[in-house]
Amino acid sequence: MATEFVARGADLELVGIRKEFPGFTAIDHLDLKIPAGEFFALLGPSGCGKTTTLRLVAGLEEPTTGQILIGGKDVTDTKAYQRPVNTVFQSYALFPHMSVLENVAFGLRQRKIDDVLAKAQKSLDLVELGHLAQRRPAQLSGGQQQRVALARALVNRPSLLLLDEPLGALDLKLRRQMQIELKAIQMEVGLTFLHVTHDQEEAMDMADTVAVMNKGHIEQMGSPEKLYDRPKTVFVSKFLGQSNLFVGKAQSHNESTVSIEVAGSKISVPKTRAEKHDGTIAIGVRPEKAFFHEEQPKLSSDHNLIGPGEIIDIRFTGVSNQYLIEIPNLGNVTVFAQNIGKSPVIELGAKVWVSWKVEHSFGLSDLPESVSELEPVA
Amino acid sequence: MRKFSFGRYALPVYSVLAFVYLLIPIAFTFFFSFNDYRRSNITWRGFTLDNWTSVCEAQGVCAAFATSISIGLISTLIATTLGTMIAIALVRYRFKFRSTISLLLFLPMATPELVLGAGLAAQFFNFGVEMGFTTIVIAHVMFCLSFVVVTVKARVASLDPALEEAGTDLYGSPSQVFWKITFPLLLPGIMAAALLSFALSFDDFIITYFNSGPTETFPKFVYTAASKGLPGEANVIGIGVFLLAIAIVLTIQIRSSIKAKRLAAMK
Repeated sequence: MATEFVARGADLELVGIRKEFPGFTAIDHLDLKIPAGEFFALLGPSGCGKTTTLRLVAGLEEPTTGQILIGGKDVTDTKAYQRPVNTVFQSYALFPHMSVLENVAFGLRQRKIDDVLAKAQKSLDLVELGHLAQRRPAQLSGGQQQRVALARALVNRPSLLLLDEPLGALDLKLRRQMQIELKAIQMEVGLTFLHVTHDQEEAMDMADTVAVMNKGHIEQMGSPEKLYDRPKTVFVSKFLGQSNLFVGKAQSHNESTVSIEVAGSKISVPKTRAEKHDGTIAIGVRPEKAFFHEEQPKLSSDHNLIGPGEIIDIRFTGVSNQYLIEIPNLGNVTVFAQNIGKSPVIELGAKVWVSWKVEHSFGLSDLPESVSELEPVA
Repeated sequence: MRKFSFGRYALPVYSVLAFVYLLIPIAFTFFFSFNDYRRSNITWRGFTLDNWTSVCEAQGVCAAFATSISIGLISTLIATTLGTMIAIALVRYRFKFRSTISLLLFLPMATPELVLGAGLAAQFFNFGVEMGFTTIVIAHVMFCLSFVVVTVKARVASLDPALEEAGTDLYGSPSQVFWKITFPLLLPGIMAAALLSFALSFDDFIITYFNSGPTETFPKFVYTAASKGLPGEANVIGIGVFLLAIAIVLTIQIRSSIKAKRLAAMK
């Protein structure tokens, strides 16, 4: 086999990728570089092109234009079976007519490697399923099948491991457990992981870098903390967590902040945290960074204050209470209050003001499509 | 407590009658295989084991039987191979006239055998092909093919394409993936198609009659013999084939139920 197989991860580079299917364009224009050894998540809603991207890297689809480089080598024209890449499929795709051990040994056998069964057994031990080697896949639970699929891919020591929503079929508890195990295995073997998911929590929890995809292109890329703290587009601000957004005409009041005026209230954002400084702009804040007050507070200029409004919905979620506040001429605002036992008892219909620190605002590069988007999405 | 109700007995009575109706011809054939027949095997003349002990003594019975078996095996092999390839192509690939081909493949199943048989015979005659063993095989492959495609197609459609992709992803070349993954997973469908082909070929009379020339197959032999007086040996062979088929079905059933039990026990 022409391709070299390395024990460590290799970096992946996608250059100017475009993928058209008859009737639609799945990927518009994609440039991406994933450094070796990184846990990288492609996050997006279904139909955003994330699975197509993964299939392009695996070699199961061919790009219309563009190049794919693995470890610096152009693999665009090679077939899937020639690439040093392995995939954990969404459906696991375990071979039903083979034992668990033979499933894991499959890749090694194709490459005519010595000691196939011993290596396969070792790989099964790594995922703690060594004792089930002789079973058929149908005799395993969903979580066990998922781990076999992982062992079957890892045993080949690929430069790059592709994960196609592998945790999607598991229940919540098992999913949390598998997330932890997957992350531990990645640290242990040091491979490059490319993880495709629509679950924002999963992406933020596991990945070093997250790329949010929408409609065939990457909206924003960065560490989970950075993406959450400073979303740059409406889509990212709503897909990754929740956001309250306010739209208005920008007025530069001083050197360091940009402000808009909405329904008689001034809302400011630090210039360093705003994508646009003039024209009509959208400013947002995360619901947990906002507070409400039953009386109009006296606040310094480093706070934004809106209101008064009326509490129209209260939802108890365990760790926090979620308040929906309707502010006349401004729309609905969501506030999360930690459930630490000392929050004031507040009832539906109460009149409240909402405030947050200016430094917690973020300014977006685009605008919500309609006024209804002013309301936060759950 | 409960009064007699017609509904309670209707279903069991109906079931028994239906089975009797189905089994009478088989039972009749079975009993008359022990008939000490003279010229024709239609009236009961007394019990004998002669027909069973000397099956091949009636003239031509065994030769016709052997011909039918070899025609069945050859046409099954050809039809199953071609049909499997067509079925995979129809499900897995998009190409021009795909749906037209699917439709055309149904035609031989829907066309009366007389039309197929006569039409084919006319073709062979026009091209000056001598009728015989080869023309029978060609005819049988033609009508078995549709059944194979339909049977295997269902199996291919239920095969998750991700399995083949996983094989490719795990460094399997296209031919390795076919033989190690696709083929074993399609095998039950292919086997079913092959059994069906063989059964269809083995007892086909109408199409065979038009295209066989002097070659004698078992159904043709039975038909011809019946007009003169069917030998009891024909019953023996008929029952033999019947028992063989039952044995095959039972073996498959028992094996799969044992497998299911073992799976359940391990879980």
